[in-house]
Amino acid sequence: MTWDYAPAPESRDIVSLRSSYGLFINGEWTDPLDGDAFKTVNPATEEVLAEVSSAGERDVDRAVAAARAAYTKVWGPMPGAERAKYIYRIARIMAERSRELAVLETLDNGKPIRESRDVDVPLSSAHFFYYAGWADKLGYAGHGPDPRPLGVAAQVIPWNFPLLMLAWKIAPALAGGNTVVLKPAETTPLTALLFAEICQQADLPPGVVNILTGAGATGAALVGHGDVDKVAFTGSTEVGKAIARTVAGTRKKVTLELGGKAANVVFDDAPLDQAVEGIVNGIFFNQGHVCCAGSRLLVQESIADALLERLKRRLGTLRLGDPLDKNTDIGAINSPEQLARIRALAEVGDAEGAERWSPACELPAQGYWFPPTIFTGVSQSHRIAREEIFGPVLSVLTFRTPQEAVEKANNTPYGLSAGVWTEKGSRILWMADQLRAGVVWANTFNRFDPSSPFGGFKESGYGREGGRHGLEAYLDV
Amino acid sequence: MTQLSGLPAVSGLADVAASESSLRQFLHGLPGVDQVGAESRAAALGTRSIKKDAKLWALDMAIRMIDLTTLEGADTHGKVRALCAKAMRPDPTDRTVPPVAAICVYGDLVATAVTALAGSGVHVASVATAFPSGRAALPVKLSDVRAAVGDGADEIDMVIDRGAFLSGHYQQVHDEIVAVKAACGTAHLKVILETGELVTYDNVRRASWLAMLAGADFIKTSTGKVQPASTLPVILVMLEAVRDFYDASDGRRIGVKAAGGIRSAKDAIKYLVIVKETVGDEWLTPNLFRIGASTLLNDLLMQRAKQRTGAYSGPDYFTLD
Repeated sequence: MTWDYAPAPESRDIVSLRSSYGLFINGEWTDPLDGDAFKTVNPATEEVLAEVSSAGERDVDRAVAAARAAYTKVWGPMPGAERAKYIYRIARIMAERSRELAVLETLDNGKPIRESRDVDVPLSSAHFFYYAGWADKLGYAGHGPDPRPLGVAAQVIPWNFPLLMLAWKIAPALAGGNTVVLKPAETTPLTALLFAEICQQADLPPGVVNILTGAGATGAALVGHGDVDKVAFTGSTEVGKAIARTVAGTRKKVTLELGGKAANVVFDDAPLDQAVEGIVNGIFFNQGHVCCAGSRLLVQESIADALLERLKRRLGTLRLGDPLDKNTDIGAINSPEQLARIRALAEVGDAEGAERWSPACELPAQGYWFPPTIFTGVSQSHRIAREEIFGPVLSVLTFRTPQEAVEKANNTPYGLSAGVWTEKGSRILWMADQLRAGVVWANTFNRFDPSSPFGGFKESGYGREGGRHGLEAYLDV
Repeated sequence: MTQLSGLPAVSGLADVAASESSLRQFLHGLPGVDQVGAESRAAALGTRSIKKDAKLWALDMAIRMIDLTTLEGADTHGKVRALCAKAMRPDPTDRTVPPVAAICVYGDLVATAVTALAGSGVHVASVATAFPSGRAALPVKLSDVRAAVGDGADEIDMVIDRGAFLSGHYQQVHDEIVAVKAACGTAHLKVILETGELVTYDNVRRASWLAMLAGADFIKTSTGKVQPASTLPVILVMLEAVRDFYDASDGRRIGVKAAGGIRSAKDAIKYLVIVKETVGDEWLTPNLFRIGASTLLNDLLMQRAKQRTGAYSGPDYFTLD
């Protein structure tokens, strides 16, 4: 006797999509001067959702000019307490329209509605609430008695958490008194465009937030624009390096949040059942499209077999399928390009001699899908242990001593996050001290909070987002 | 020596209880439970959305899993007979509603229930061993059990000696359960851990193992007399212990009973989800999962009627007992 859950799809009626979208410049929708457009699709069904404009150089000019004017005349001189009112209003409207935002995010990105509903959207709204509180208290943030804003911020964000990354970028910028031009990712522009509507609904002064859709060229034009004071980017290390080269020698301040290959370290005295949940949450949350994903499992030899047995049993209960179904745990891969990259690296894993395992699971015929996958017998020199796969693929390595765990965990060009699982408090503190990673989670993984700073070591980037530290990136200190 | 999945090495489960020290070593060698992690996992499972056929199936299964309970000092023979009638035919207007699993009463009312339920297939469960506190000498507890079994109880719900457990006298708790099990004869033994008094999840896991090692057929959360009674994370931890015991004992399936505080159909379905996703569909049977409750049944009946007819009827259309 098996009890199968009936389909429980969230209704998409709450979302009203337009057939085409312009650019959001100076508080208004406008057609691009270059006239280009591209389509954004639902990765779970390959259905075209809408046509979106591609901003060219003249559009970037217009947007930066609007942001500059808003900064000089309205937003920069405005008292912090007044700015806070707008930011609070945005936060409230996001909370009120949370279901609409969640459904749209899931449609455009492919992530399960359970995650967009319970993680992405509430956290995004919380970010605006959090930074609204700082707007009139900047003198008490530890960045000097009267820190000034930087000016116009150019922000380029990725496709894995489209709305949340927007919140991480825009909320601290606005609280600090900056104006922004933001470019969402090419494959996931829709929630940023809905956010533009929310800015209108909140009566945000024109030009304070501008949204330019487009591909890499639009981002490059924005980042390279002469009248931009600040560049903030989240995405791949490769693009991050190119941006660093572009802005080198200019007055622009830069923060980069790039790739990762985080170690999730499980000691033999770990709470095993919760560690299994933490591993699942570390690498299969958002299909592994997470820069801080726990993509390398380092498990102490003496419990490796027991842990893997439990982990495999747990993976057997993951539900892959329609992202709008409220019981779906694993959604679609965001784009065919990303799917191809995941497949290619998984094949490299096979070729290098690692052993691949996936639970029995049926992939839908339409859309872009990859099953949750574990590679065992992985060594440090394997490419799947070194390169960011950015997909639901876990590489399992073992270690014998705490020292060896630290060496292996740190032996990567990245340093964004790490996890430690042990019931021994002293070991957690020792590990946190040794690990060269911006975030170290203890007995949990992939937990985020607006008050907690986030950012990387080494090739994972520089600067911090979130918390009091996140303000520094948008203040002249 | 065999290495069980993530458990301390033992040479067969039988040796674990050979001495106080081996028992302690085993129980304290079990992997710890991280409170935050266990609670967030239980909460996440609580967000599963159960609709349509899946919901109807769950409502019927939840009815079949109920131990319909009355454990009041003011209980009367008449009230027990009324409850028995309800147990056999929960909704007199709808013959498709299945009977519940059992009636759960104090020992002196067992004979009344046995007579009322004769031939119906509904079991009679009796609380025993100085329920709910468990504070009595062992001979008194055993004669309590024998009296209930003698009157025809099919199932005995005993309480563990929490004082002994919390002060670390595991052997004493173990031996007491063994003695009660022997006194049960063919009756099924449910061991009540009273998790509200054990407080930590580590204790819940240890007490679960202790009871299973001593021969429990079921492990049960609570008496219903102590708050908090059954909670989702407590059931999660107990089910994980049952799952690990199944692996360690070459396939012995121990049942779990959630008792106390489960009042709505929505809550009951959350428990079924946790059962399904922790130990699997094999445990979705009244033989392996029970819900001890009194008011829950009427909410299940109301939701069932709603699911079938599309309309809610009022509470006055379902019998109160």
